[in-house]
Amino acid sequence: MTSPLSDTATFEAKDLECIRDDRVLFSSLCFTVNPGEALVLEGRNGSGKTSLLRILCGIRLPESGQLLWKGEDIFRLGPEYHEHTAYLGHKDGSKLDLTPLENLRVARGFGKAKEGITLEEALNQVGLYGFEDVPTRNMSAGQQRRLAIARLLVTDAKFWILDEPFTSLDRKGIEHMERLFEAHLQSGGMAAMTTHHRIGFKDDVKLVRVNLSDR
Amino acid sequence: MSTLSLTSAFTLLLKRDLVLAYRRRAELVNPLLFFVLVTAMFPLGIGNDPKLIQAVGPGVIWVAALLAALLSLDTMFRSDFDDGTLEQFMLSAHPISVLVLAKILAHWMITGLPLFIAAPLLAMMLNVPTDAIPTLMLTLVLGTPVLSLIGSVGVALTVGLRRGGVILSLLVLPLYVPVLIFATDAVKTSIVGIPTSAQISILAAMLVGSLVLAPLATAASLRISLS
Repeated sequence: MTSPLSDTATFEAKDLECIRDDRVLFSSLCFTVNPGEALVLEGRNGSGKTSLLRILCGIRLPESGQLLWKGEDIFRLGPEYHEHTAYLGHKDGSKLDLTPLENLRVARGFGKAKEGITLEEALNQVGLYGFEDVPTRNMSAGQQRRLAIARLLVTDAKFWILDEPFTSLDRKGIEHMERLFEAHLQSGGMAAMTTHHRIGFKDDVKLVRVNLSDR
Repeated sequence: MSTLSLTSAFTLLLKRDLVLAYRRRAELVNPLLFFVLVTAMFPLGIGNDPKLIQAVGPGVIWVAALLAALLSLDTMFRSDFDDGTLEQFMLSAHPISVLVLAKILAHWMITGLPLFIAAPLLAMMLNVPTDAIPTLMLTLVLGTPVLSLIGSVGVALTVGLRRGGVILSLLVLPLYVPVLIFATDAVKTSIVGIPTSAQISILAAMLVGSLVLAPLATAASLRISLS
């Protein structure tokens, strides 16, 4: 490491501590995520995986510790940091009264629009071809999840924060989404995710595993 | 982010909320129906003395408008909170206060504007003199946005609570009182024929003040509610 820039990780967490209902979920947690890497959170139910992901997005404040994006505090960066992140939580974040196309249009407007991909193409990529104008309410849970994943594709966000992204997807759907995540990571993207499913990424994708149950 | 994309995010969100409201028209009618019914019941309750009805008219219209606004407040962020879209827009690449302003504007267009349109008819029913109706309309156009703006702070604070309804009323109603006092006073004064510029100026000042401060407070409150 000769250049001073390469010393700074793209995303760095320093000494994170999270307390919920007077219970310490984790403390002095440190890790870094760099382009092409995926942070995989493991741990039993209630070990703080979702809390940690919400802290990473900046929705929740950690009790102590620092989160740095290219060396700068994410809470100070605010919207400038959110430009680079996309969050997929337990809730899909789609309006059931809107069509998938309308939902994606809003999602793209909220972030930094990605060049070179139309909303229809994004829907096609997650296997929702032909569902553009069906009310989201009429789609199955798995299809609604696919729509939520399509949201990640339409913005230029580099850092994907995924909380159980494979919920209610069928086996083929999971494989398909894994290929999408893999392609994102191989093109220099980053991810932080939790899943109970065994992840089948290719070997060249570096996984940073953090187990919260040990803490 | 460039200003262009911020403006487009603002209109996008405004349009989204209006489309959603249109697709759920039944809910849309609720506050208006409440407003019309309450005002229509009053003359039946207090008798047919035209002088008495005229004396209480402006107050009745304003109290009904205020309660109708309060009734509709919870819808401002509730469904977005429940389906996770609120989280998404807190994590957007734009300043939250600007997006909040789009939501408040949409809420006012959905709930405040219909009241404003129905008000002259109800005013005539309550025997408010025709000369005073422009003043009534002016107080409504200045006052009802203030109700939405102040209310948004209360809703943002209580949206995370399962039963925030009672707390919301307790939080917001005292803050509505100044609007009520100055608005009804303006209409009453104009019935007598005295200039009302003082009350109107104060209402306008309230609108400007809340327009500047409420989106910031709401954005901060939403951040607290979601964390």
